Order: sequence, then structure tokens, then C-alpha cells
Amino acid sequence: MALTTNSGAASLTGGRLTRDAIGVLAILAVAVLGYFLFPNNLALLTRITAIALLVLSLDLVTGYCGVATLGHAALFGAGAYGAGIAAAHFGITDPIAMLAAGILAGALAGLVSGAVVLRAHGLPQLVLSIAIIHLAHEAANKASGWTGGSDGLAGITPDALLGHWQFDLWGRTAYVFGIVLLVLAFVILRQIVRSPFGMLCRGIRQDPVRVRAMGGSVHGTLVKMYAISGAVAGAGGALNAISTQVVGLDSLSFTLSAEALVMLVLGGTGSLYGALIGTAAFMWFEDVVSAANPFHWLTIVGALLIAVVLFAPKGLYGSLAAVFERRGRKAP
Amino acid sequence: MSAIFDVRNLKKMFGGLAVTNDVSLAMAPGDRVALIGPNGAGKTTFVNLVTGNLLPDSGSVTLAGEDVTRLGPTPRVRRGLVRSFQVTRLFSEMTPEEHVALAILQREGRSGGMFSSHRAMPEVMDETHALLSRLGIAHLARHPVSEIAYGQQRLLELALALALKPRVLLLDEPAAGVPQSDTARIEQAIADLPADLAVLMIEHDMDLVFRFAKRVVVLAAGEIIFDGSPDAVTKDARVRQAYLGSYADARSVA
Repeated sequence: MALTTNSGAASLTGGRLTRDAIGVLAILAVAVLGYFLFPNNLALLTRITAIALLVLSLDLVTGYCGVATLGHAALFGAGAYGAGIAAAHFGITDPIAMLAAGILAGALAGLVSGAVVLRAHGLPQLVLSIAIIHLAHEAANKASGWTGGSDGLAGITPDALLGHWQFDLWGRTAYVFGIVLLVLAFVILRQIVRSPFGMLCRGIRQDPVRVRAMGGSVHGTLVKMYAISGAVAGAGGALNAISTQVVGLDSLSFTLSAEALVMLVLGGTGSLYGALIGTAAFMWFEDVVSAANPFHWLTIVGALLIAVVLFAPKGLYGSLAAVFERRGRKAP
Repeated sequence: MSAIFDVRNLKKMFGGLAVTNDVSLAMAPGDRVALIGPNGAGKTTFVNLVTGNLLPDSGSVTLAGEDVTRLGPTPRVRRGLVRSFQVTRLFSEMTPEEHVALAILQREGRSGGMFSSHRAMPEVMDETHALLSRLGIAHLARHPVSEIAYGQQRLLELALALALKPRVLLLDEPAAGVPQSDTARIEQAIADLPADLAVLMIEHDMDLVFRFAKRVVVLAAGEIIFDGSPDAVTKDARVRQAYLGSYADARSVA
């Protein structure tokens, strides 16, 4: 009996590893495809990668823990300004060090906003998160000596990556850097969400009272997840700062927070794949539609969202996964 | 002396109403106590006071010699005071296997681990499956809880409580809402609880109470009006009064 369960467990773990490998290969395949299909648009692809990190980060707290937030760009912006200020004011121009500064700033912002947002639940929580993003935006605007205010923070000139690859005009280095970062984040997060800690987070989303009755700490666990989420969003912000060499107030905006949530819902909450697919789909669609019809593109994006929410309420990935699961169950 | 669980002179007022009035209750390891009482007797308040969801106005709760009166629910669970819920509280999207594994990891203080997986821990998996088989739900180990029957969900609640290796177990109407056909299995599971565990069951179903309890405590209007053997409880005049009100008198007169 014990033997069969153990080998079952082993094969299942093996199955999960295979699925992760497929996930990584899929990201790489899409990345390579993007590189060759849009060689003149690598800046957009890098931007998508940075935003994908933000949406992954949002998925950690919203999808896995059930925290409602419309202020998640605060973590992204903290990372962007962290990396940007390190370069512009402290002469830390090594891209890896800038990335570390961004991750640290993001994690700190995650701790702070987590400590505030987690005081409340439901609608008050949402309102607190909106307050946070507005406060952060205003603080960055006022502290223009550090942040450049509404002009943006310029003077960010990252060194060559690992002393070898210059951040060139076409954005090739930045793109590869971004994809490597995304794959790393994906692999680490896959591990975290299936760990006991990840299971505890899912438990908290579904019934915090039950978690407490099991002796689990709800608040402590959520704050930890917020810090992790902040590190991921901070990495995205740092990537954005390194690749564009400028940080604007828009990286710390309510609009970006809301768009990140829309992308997550579009792809499907509670799944890392959903976050990635939602980001890519939304940003690609936005780019195509805004080029095709500069006057009505927002209307078309709105219509797409309504269609997804009505006909695929679990998001693009969630609905697709549900279909496959149903088929998989009928088959045997 | 050897009380594992000792409630002394517990008092809680809501406004001017004493919902729990000077309640004392001690249990030794292995005790099987049923707490009964008519609706509004204060059973739920008592459970909330004991589990730490409410703070009493006065009195104390002692667990294995440690005063836990001022502690919240989570530290009490970690000290071995575990409860089940009157209405099942489970993670609907998770499987019984995940539930029990999480409880075991929680008990061992390993639920914060980020770079491991319960499925790669043979000792956790073995304990999980042993517990699920003990309660007869091993075949459902990998079905989401939302897809399994209510009676089986109640069994899973018991498995969760046991996974925490409690010293004192509070069962809040363990058979409530379960179809008649499934109650026997739940009763069996309760009969099979570890012999050294102190169990306090809050229950309405008198058949279950009489089969389970070696001692019955009756709560009425916030006070304990009876504490004794199951045989004596039906003959007690105050208990009859509390449950049947003036009808009891009417019948005795007629």
C-alpha cells in the first residue's frame, strides 16, 4: 500500500516537472518566435515581459491568496525607481545590481503595502489599495529631486550585461535579459505555489477560518506572500528601467494597476500560465488594435473584455484548462 | 487533578444578558463528554469562549496546566485544543489529500516551506493516506472536496482534526446535516477516536449522545444545570424543565 502511494507520488512529481519543462519551453518558443517575427519591435516585447512579471506578481496575491488590490503597480514602480535611483544617484549601473536594487525595493514596498492592505477585507481592502497607489504616485511626484517628478527619471545608463553585452539600440540584450528573468521567475514561482506555503495560501483564499482552526497563521502567511510578490513586481520594474533607461510616473499609476488586474482576469486568476497568457494577449491585442484603428481601439479592447468575462469567465487559460479537464475525465 | 482541560467560572455578558454564567467544566484524558442544551442555552458562546474566538469577562481556561484564557484561537490549536465545525468548513477546490497533508505539515511547523512539496515527503504522504484509510475515504484522496458527498466531507473534517494530534477535541454537532444512511460511519469514526483523547461533543441528537458519552453536561440559560451520567440526565427534573418547559409540568400533573 505504502509502496504504491509512494511510486504514485513520485510519478506525479515527475509529471509536474515535465509540465514545468513544457511551460518553460513554451515561454522560450514564444520568445524566439517574437524575436524573429518582430525584430523591430523588441522594445514592445521587452515591455510585455516586464508587465508579465507584474501580472505574475499580482496573481500571487489576488489569484492565490484572494487579496483584492488595485494598487499593485506600487510594487512595480518601487522596483523601477529602486533600480533607476540606484543607477542615476548612486552610480550603481551594473544591470544585475540594479535588478537586485529593484527586487529589494519591490519586496519592501510589498511588505509596506501588504501591512496596510491586509488590515481590511473585501471592498475596504480594495479602497486601501487604491489609496496606496495614489499616495505612492503623489510621493514620487513630489520627491522630484530623487525621481525627476513628472519629467521622469533620466540618466540611467546600465553597463554591459555581465561585462559582455551592451544594451544596444535595438533592445536585443534587454529582450534576452527580460526573457531569462521571466523564465527564472516562472520556475521559482511554480515551485512556491505548489509548496506547503503555496497550499496554505490557497487554503487562506478558500477559507481563512479553517486555516486558523488548523493552527495556521493567516496574516503572517499573507504578508510573506506580499513580500515575494513585491520582489517579482520589483524585478519587472527594474527590467523596465534598465531596458527603457527612464522611469516615469506612469509606472506607479492607478491605470497600470487596473490594467494588470484586467490582464490577469483575461488570462485567468490562480494560474501562472493564466497570468502570462493574459498579459501577452492583452498587450499584443492592444498594440494591433491601436495601430489598426487609433480612434476606437479602446472600444474594441473593452468589447474583447466583455466577451471574455461573459463567455469565458475563468479567463482564456482557465476556460481552456477546464475544457481539457472535462475531456480528460471522459476519456478513461 | 489530572485535568487536561479545565474551564473555571467562565462568564460572558452580552449587554445585560449573562450568556455564559459561571460555567466550570473539567475533562481528563480519555473523557467522553456530551454538552447538550436547548436552543439559546449558550452552547455556541461557550465553544467560542473555549476556542478563543471570544474573550470571557471573567474565569479561566486551562489546557494541560497552562492558562490559555487570553490566547487567540490559533495558539490554542497549536497547544492541542482542536475543534470541528457545525457546518463543514473545508477548502472546496482542494483534495482530501492536500487537506490532511497541510494539517500534518502545520502541526509539525513545516507549512511555511517554499522549496518542497508534500508529495515528495514520503512520511507525510504515508501518514496522510493512513489517516484517510482509517476514516474510509482513501479512495477520494485526489478528488476536489466540492465533488465529494457531505457525509464524506464530515469524515474529512474528523481526519483534519486528528491530523493535528489534539489533546482536547471539540466536536460541534459532528453528524449535523448528514443523511441518515451515513451517520453510522460517522458514529463509528467517533467511537474509534484515540482512547487518550479528551472529547467534548456538542450535540442535539440524543441517540448519538447516549451512545457516545460517559458523562453529560446540560447547559440552560447560560448555566450548567446538570453534570452527571447519561442514565441520570433523563430523570433529572431541572433538565426536563429546561427542555420541555411547562409541558413537563403539565404532563406530570395530568
